[in-house]
Amino acid sequence: MVTATPAVRAETILRPGRSRFRVVWAQFRRNRAGLIGLAILMAFLGAGLFAPVLAPYDPYEIDLEGGLKRPSRAHWLGQDELGRDLLSRIIYGARLSLIIGVIAVSIGVGFGVPIGAVSGYVGGRVDLLVQRLIDIMLAFPGILLAIVLVAILGVGLVQVMVAVGIVSIPTYARLVRGQVLSLRAQEFVDAARALGATGGRIIWRHVLPNTLAVIIVQSTLQVASAILSAAALGFLGLGAQPPTAEWGAMLSNARQYIRLAWHSVTFPGLAIMLTVLGFNLLGDAIRDALDPKMRI
Amino acid sequence: MWAYIAKRLLLTVPVIFGVAFVVFAMVRIVPGDPAQIIAGETATKEFVEAIRKDLGLDRPLLEQFGTFMASLLRGDLGRSIRSKAPVSEELWARIPNTVRLTIAGLVVAVSVGVTAGVVSAIRPYSVVDSAVMLVALVGLSMPVFWSGLMLILIFAVRLGWLPAVGTETLAHLVLPAITVGMATAAIIARMTRSSMLEVLRSDYIRTARAKGLAEHVVVNRHALRNALIPVITVVGLQMGTLLSGAVLTESVFAWPGIGRLLVEGILARDYPIVQAAVLVVALAFVLVNLAVDVLYAAVDPRIHYE
Repeated sequence: MVTATPAVRAETILRPGRSRFRVVWAQFRRNRAGLIGLAILMAFLGAGLFAPVLAPYDPYEIDLEGGLKRPSRAHWLGQDELGRDLLSRIIYGARLSLIIGVIAVSIGVGFGVPIGAVSGYVGGRVDLLVQRLIDIMLAFPGILLAIVLVAILGVGLVQVMVAVGIVSIPTYARLVRGQVLSLRAQEFVDAARALGATGGRIIWRHVLPNTLAVIIVQSTLQVASAILSAAALGFLGLGAQPPTAEWGAMLSNARQYIRLAWHSVTFPGLAIMLTVLGFNLLGDAIRDALDPKMRI
Repeated sequence: MWAYIAKRLLLTVPVIFGVAFVVFAMVRIVPGDPAQIIAGETATKEFVEAIRKDLGLDRPLLEQFGTFMASLLRGDLGRSIRSKAPVSEELWARIPNTVRLTIAGLVVAVSVGVTAGVVSAIRPYSVVDSAVMLVALVGLSMPVFWSGLMLILIFAVRLGWLPAVGTETLAHLVLPAITVGMATAAIIARMTRSSMLEVLRSDYIRTARAKGLAEHVVVNRHALRNALIPVITVVGLQMGTLLSGAVLTESVFAWPGIGRLLVEGILARDYPIVQAAVLVVALAFVLVNLAVDVLYAAVDPRIHYE
């Protein structure tokens, strides 16, 4: 159960004016790892949103004389094989990763949550059928399913976003179904049904709001895994194509020059790692704040 | 327990059937004319027709699926469009390499993960513990393909200790195996630590200490054995991560396995190869999961299965 915990509920009763958000925030603030994660993500978000202002150079501007130059005062993170400024490309890469994460998670939530909610609430044959379909999707390791989808949809950045989004649908569907199954048996749902509410209304107004906490935690972690998968596909040459400033594609290019330019294989990967670390720390902290009992 | 195993086996059948259907459908739901896409834009009409016929795309859909399943059961996976060789030949040449890499990755993951977890747990909240857990967290967030590149940069390019590409000797296996096992090692370390911490607080450990046993006996003989049960579950659950890791790692180290074959197949639009590689990896994943579940039911008598 991830709804109100006894500790949180007691606090809410003591101070009825205090909103749920503030209670959770008070819990969250005590978690140092979570705050570090939040700080990393603020930097990532800032880089993504204000890329044109922050980037010192045009990420696509070629300077053949500066090819593979090491970090210097003019180019803090060095230059790639075509002399493009690595820092600028990484900043623009943050923007792309942000878009990938948001779109992929929206697809996952948009399809996975309704599928899981209906499957759990309706039960019976619908549930059985949906669960078997999910079993088949989960029979593929995540990245393999994404590769299969890219094989069908074709190589490219948009296709990767869709593929990574589709891959996360079963995760959401399973998660929400489990939540709905336990909520369905609760008294407030019986009460709503007794008052004559339709199935759709019960799911939308009574059941789903109670699953919001787990969906938020899952989505934070899911953004990280979407960014990782998209970068992996970019690295394999199945995602964003050159000259796009996408982190995975940048690494794929840079590995040919690994003997000549350590910086061009190091920094894009560091950016991926930090972003994923940030989301993981934040996700764990939000989970702990929402429900201290879930802490491992 | 036997009823559980039988049920679990039965549940796997529709999943395998579904996987085969997905693989069958893959080529058919490609937007546009699959034969034209496979042949390429500049191909002659005759060539496109030949491919259509070769793949059976001119037959009714149901018949196509029947033929597909029948040849699948015979072990006939068609011919590669690129090399014209039977796909099964290519597969058999690649499978041992992926198996070798995955197993080596597993060995790295378990040995490093369990050791790190135990070291952390015997001195909880110490500097060593914090350091190990920080490294584990970082290891978890590192993309597999990037950790591979970093290992090449450090151990092959800078230090020159180990080779970066090739499969000939055991030394060639070291960097790819560490790459595959690293993320799973991090997860195993975290699980071992929390499981050990719980066991070390139990009564029988206090008894073992009270009767004067040496600390290493208490830790290795009494605590670790019991703490490893949840760790085994995690190892089972992580087989998918290891397998995906192997698929990605193969591209970094130009390791001639199934993952590399799959990516090459997609880039060359060699669909029979893609279908076969996907089928093999998914089947391996399903069967490994099945084996882990069954083994777990057999090993731990405390767990009841419905």
